[in-house]
Amino acid sequence: MIPSPVHLDAATAAPLHPVARQALLAALDDGWADPDRLYASARRARQLLDAARGAAAETLGVRPDELSFTASGTTAAHSAVLGGLAGRRRAGAVLVHSAIEHSAVLHATQRHVSGGGAASEVPVDRLGRLDLDAWSRAVTEPGVALAALIAASHEVGTVQPVEAAAAACAAVGVPLYVDAAQVVARTPVPAGWSVLSASARKWGGPPGVGLLVVRKGTRWESPWPADEHESGRAPGTVNLPAVVAAAASLRAAAADAAAEATRLAPLVDRIRARVAAEVPDVEVVGDPERRLPHLVTFSCLYVDGEALLHALDRRGFAVSSGSSCTSSTLRPSHVLEAMGVLSHGNVRVSLHRDTTEADVERFLAELPGIVADLRAQAGVVGL
Amino acid sequence: MTAPESPAGGEPDEIIDCLGQRCPLPVIALARRLPELPVGAVLRVLADDPAAAVDIPAWCRMRAQEFLGTNGPAHDIRRTQ
Ligand SMILES: Cc1ncc(COP(=O)(O)O)c(C=O)c1O
Repeated sequence: MIPSPVHLDAATAAPLHPVARQALLAALDDGWADPDRLYASARRARQLLDAARGAAAETLGVRPDELSFTASGTTAAHSAVLGGLAGRRRAGAVLVHSAIEHSAVLHATQRHVSGGGAASEVPVDRLGRLDLDAWSRAVTEPGVALAALIAASHEVGTVQPVEAAAAACAAVGVPLYVDAAQVVARTPVPAGWSVLSASARKWGGPPGVGLLVVRKGTRWESPWPADEHESGRAPGTVNLPAVVAAAASLRAAAADAAAEATRLAPLVDRIRARVAAEVPDVEVVGDPERRLPHLVTFSCLYVDGEALLHALDRRGFAVSSGSSCTSSTLRPSHVLEAMGVLSHGNVRVSLHRDTTEADVERFLAELPGIVADLRAQAGVVGL
Repeated sequence: MTAPESPAGGEPDEIIDCLGQRCPLPVIALARRLPELPVGAVLRVLADDPAAAVDIPAWCRMRAQEFLGTNGPAHDIRRTQ
């Protein structure tokens, strides 16, 4: 019997929220015209775009003209980093960032460094918590143009001390960019940032929509060729139907966020406890308390991460992994590396609004046997 | 790196060659061999999978063995129990 599929990879992409689906279908009919043209269908498109921006801005508690829609969370992160650095060129060329930023931030950092800029990486502890003292020292160094801190780790769920980190930045006049992809529409967005990014597919919006928010008064300069769209922050025509769906589902998901967190956090606690108790030689990673409500990561000793993903997939479970064998670069996740925790046999489970207690129970019932079988096949039992 | 230096600052009692092997194989080889050596012995694992540099120290922590250090692909471990 083919088991029914259970999607446990919301941190990559949550299934489409019903509100997103409804809005997307309606906007396909109403939102195809160019919002910048001067005819009736274009005016309709303009209204939809303005309404989407207004709704998203209201949900995030920012001004509509501070918010731009981008082609993905990745492009929003690239723009945040490179634009934040470009706007503060005169202050210096150093980007301070945590060791556990998303690869989009790290790739933008590499671009900055290969163009002659500099970067200063701040470590985390074994639970994936930012070293605040090192952060405060790093942002106080001369020549810091921008600091980047992920709001909560997309790989291990550890929530970062954003407000304290922001205070350290504010004390020395350094703007802070926060990658909020895993917290928007899940938990309250912390205060103190100047630039923020998010990704719609994490909250059940369609793939290919990101948010970039640049607070008034922030020195930010577009790193892209000149273009008028989205206040000059995100070149190219927006995918309006997807943007409308993203904004509608953002509002819906944010309205349910507290209730969903209350429902999902105990399921994550249950996974943390039961995996540790029922799978031998497993390391459950990330902060057990200051963590995202929907995400948990663990590593199984002596197990090949790719084999584990495939075995889970055969049983209908979709999860992701930070193990090197599952990445295109064949390197272990830089997040697990920075924390100094086991990187092979790694599984990240992330829950969403459709996840039921029964899904979690089935996962917990099947996981120990799946891991035991893989260990038996590899001849590593009793090591 | 010119002449390979010993991460432990001395010569190991034994070397196992896991070059070219992907994780978790080097960790498995370590877990098989270390308990066969006397307490106090130093085992060097040669492993060039980048994950080994993360996973060998993590294994030592989980198994309460002493991780002595890494130099390039050489990872030294002392059996403490
Ligand atoms: C923390 C974080 N930042 C940025 C991104 C990139 O977003 P997107 O997948 O929309 O490009 C993701 C998701 O992959 C993420 O989890």
